[in-house]
Amino acid sequence: MTDTTANAVHFEASHGEHAHHDADHMPGFFARWFMSTNHKDIGTLYLIFAIIAGIIGGGISGLMRWELAEPGIQHLEAWAQFMNPGATYDEALHLWNVLITAHGLIMVFFMVMPAMIGGFGNWFVPLMIGAPDMAFPRMNNISFWLLPPAFILLLSSAFFPGGNGPGAGIGWTAYAPLSTSGSSGPAVDLAIFSLHIAGASSILGAVNFITTIFNMRAPGMTLHKMPLFAWSVLVTAFLLLLSLPVLAGAITMLLTDRNFGTHFFDAAGGGDPVLYQHLFWFFGHPEVYIMILPGFGMVSHVVATFSRKPIFGYLGMAYAMVAIGVIGFVVWAHHMFTVGMDVNTKMYFTAATMVIAVPTGIKIFSWIATMWGGSLTFQTPMLWALGFIFMFTVGGVTGVVLANGGVDTYMHDTYYVVAHFHYVLSLGAVFSLFAGFYYWFAKMSGRMYNEMLGQLHFWIFFIGVNVLFFPMHFLGLQGMQRRVPDYTDAFADYNWLASWGYAIMGIGMIFFFINLIWSLFAGRKAPDNPWGEGATTLEWTLSSPPPFHQFETLPRID
Amino acid sequence: MRTLFKHFAFAAALALAPAAAIGQAAAPTQPTVQAPSAPPSDAISAQSQAQPAQPAQSSDPALAPTISTDAPSDATVAQATTFASTARAEPGIGQPRHYWGLQEQFSPIGVEAASFHNYILMPAITIISLLVLFLLAWVIIRYRRAANPAPSRTTHNTVLEVAWTLVPVLILVVIAVPSIRLLAHQYSPPQADLTVKVIGNQWYWEYEYPDHGISLVSNMLDDEQARARGEPRQLAVDERMVVPVGATVKLIVTSNDVIHAFGVPAFWTKIDAVPGRLNETWFSTDRPGLYYGVCYELCGARHGYMPIAVEVVTPEQFAAWVASKGGQMPGAAPAPAATAAGQPGVTAAQSTEAVPAPTNVAQEAVPAPVLSRESTQTE
Repeated sequence: MTDTTANAVHFEASHGEHAHHDADHMPGFFARWFMSTNHKDIGTLYLIFAIIAGIIGGGISGLMRWELAEPGIQHLEAWAQFMNPGATYDEALHLWNVLITAHGLIMVFFMVMPAMIGGFGNWFVPLMIGAPDMAFPRMNNISFWLLPPAFILLLSSAFFPGGNGPGAGIGWTAYAPLSTSGSSGPAVDLAIFSLHIAGASSILGAVNFITTIFNMRAPGMTLHKMPLFAWSVLVTAFLLLLSLPVLAGAITMLLTDRNFGTHFFDAAGGGDPVLYQHLFWFFGHPEVYIMILPGFGMVSHVVATFSRKPIFGYLGMAYAMVAIGVIGFVVWAHHMFTVGMDVNTKMYFTAATMVIAVPTGIKIFSWIATMWGGSLTFQTPMLWALGFIFMFTVGGVTGVVLANGGVDTYMHDTYYVVAHFHYVLSLGAVFSLFAGFYYWFAKMSGRMYNEMLGQLHFWIFFIGVNVLFFPMHFLGLQGMQRRVPDYTDAFADYNWLASWGYAIMGIGMIFFFINLIWSLFAGRKAPDNPWGEGATTLEWTLSSPPPFHQFETLPRID
Repeated sequence: MRTLFKHFAFAAALALAPAAAIGQAAAPTQPTVQAPSAPPSDAISAQSQAQPAQPAQSSDPALAPTISTDAPSDATVAQATTFASTARAEPGIGQPRHYWGLQEQFSPIGVEAASFHNYILMPAITIISLLVLFLLAWVIIRYRRAANPAPSRTTHNTVLEVAWTLVPVLILVVIAVPSIRLLAHQYSPPQADLTVKVIGNQWYWEYEYPDHGISLVSNMLDDEQARARGEPRQLAVDERMVVPVGATVKLIVTSNDVIHAFGVPAFWTKIDAVPGRLNETWFSTDRPGLYYGVCYELCGARHGYMPIAVEVVTPEQFAAWVASKGGQMPGAAPAPAATAAGQPGVTAAQSTEAVPAPTNVAQEAVPAPVLSRESTQTE
């Protein structure tokens, strides 16, 4: 077993001769983009959607860092007046909670998930496994088109009463009873509907991926020869399929508690607010792996490509993801260590949580071993992948600290937790998204990105997010609580620093958008495989961009 | 501890000598690890740490005249707010400061947990991160294309793969032993000397002393009031939770509306206040002083505006404070119920006299407290 991943270097059946073929007949603009059944077009729609949502969610975090730059309330009242003339001081403070809620929900449900699973998953799972399209192309279309209405519902909730002011100020976790009796008015209902629809979209997508991967692999591509990105999406799809119905149940119970007089989470009626947290985190913990597993897959391909070496320990890498997915379902209560848990329960969740570090460590070391002995070049995708490996390690080890129930007593709901999950998400998931984006940009658009702008984007963003999030560890260790617009003066310096980190990151993003627009219109035409002998998966055997319908003759893997 | 060192020895045998060495060497000499890295701006707080009882008043002469002595004289008792002692806010003690590490700990659990964090967890995660950084730097330099034009095709090394699976397992075992022990200690409180019922409300705390017949409403002071008292803004409150020094304080924590969380970092104490539930935790400290905390669970608009101040005083000062609040020390008077009922400001004098027996786990589903959505606060 020297090279288990599919190597279709001998497969040449894709381009040129198909250019005039019937199957390449492309529908008109409206039919192509609004009634699409083509996995590549739907993937593109997902990516465009994710970029728009990312701009909004990222812009909201900019507002938050602006307000947090100094102690005291500087801007919130003006923003509240802008949104809602005549807003009171409490409504301004409520606006803060609306902002943190929107930032969390948008980044999780409308940026990372659509980009990773909907965008790159749709684009490259069929290409990598040698399938002509997804198993259910029409269901694929509705998976995407459920997202815009979900997003509109969430955004519109900001203009409806939500308790102390307009908008849903309940945190992305929507803990009862703050989200039930604590927030009257339709804003929270709209946010709940938004999650319902986004969740349905993801479940349909998960069904589609599982069916596609199990049934439509090219002849000869066994599961153990399947590229790691397809493995990662397969595991992710199972996590989605098993966890999202639990979220749907939990938020439906919120809805009936709010509107129909049930008492699932109301102690006065015999319910239990903590039950909601168990249900939410039974979804919520797999959800954090849903957001990172496809990133693992992308980073594996980027590292192997730019090391010009096959991935090290392929089977270990694949089953480490399976293990992370399985263990991810039995650790949820580490998000609830201060809720008043039995000591034995706490000990179990401490131990189970720490176990996750083992498969994660296998992945980190296998990436390094993949590079060991390789012939490395450092184009933009590789920089993001290297940044990912180190930043995810930093986020991972603080996770080991937080896993200890006794230590979490201190850290719980402090900025230490905020720093931890931004290191694994904003520096983990987002880095892997950029790695994938630069890696596949040529394949998707048919044009090369600008290398210099890409490298500038990486370095400025890398410095920015570290200046932004690293001081948050210190704030948390000194006890600064999450989700507050104002803080005592001792926290001023690190908050000021973090806000400047955001500004640096924002400059990096300007380079990204310049690069994106410039490359789309004026970029050099991309060859089929711009990365050379290290890029061995099937998508590099096709033209850039691939034909509208690929693999009419199925590739055969030996 | 013996088990711990055995694991360290094991880890050292597996080429983890640096981790073990730091863990062992650092353990007995607590302050030396933090001191060299403390930023220079901490000079003031470092001074006050050296003499904990001295408030660093002289460092800010502008504030000095505005700070009253706050002695429990008749005049101050008559005010809406009374303090039990001369305890004042001390920069860097019982409140956050500009520093990269944990707050200094003043409870037995806090001391144990902080040394677990500072001498086991922090070295371990720092070494792991640096190891990964070093390996990345090594492959970037050694295996860049210019240095290594011909890539190898190695994809397996069973010994290596088993090693990087088992070594993390061993490291985790080394972490798990003190971690589980810490949890066990947190859930094995000594006999309680005092019970305080803490009730979260949107957006203030209520403290009830069932054995003393006292009930307090604690609101945050605004910036001017806090400045006038020489206390940090966003942390100062009008009514502090007052407890005697050295006493094991049992906290029974619940909420009247949404979920709050009662947390005081300097005592390593945090527990959610859940409506319909009586959660229990505890702390004790041997050092009189003023310790701040905040609400740690998102609870609506003024979530950031319901801080906590715990004032630790001598038993005599505590008794005087209880009297000034119209309460009664348990066992001090033959007819506490009658006396307490006659006191203004005392509601529901449910003094039980007996010291409540501690229980090891947070109790659930004790009869639900009244779930009034209306605020009982009088502003």
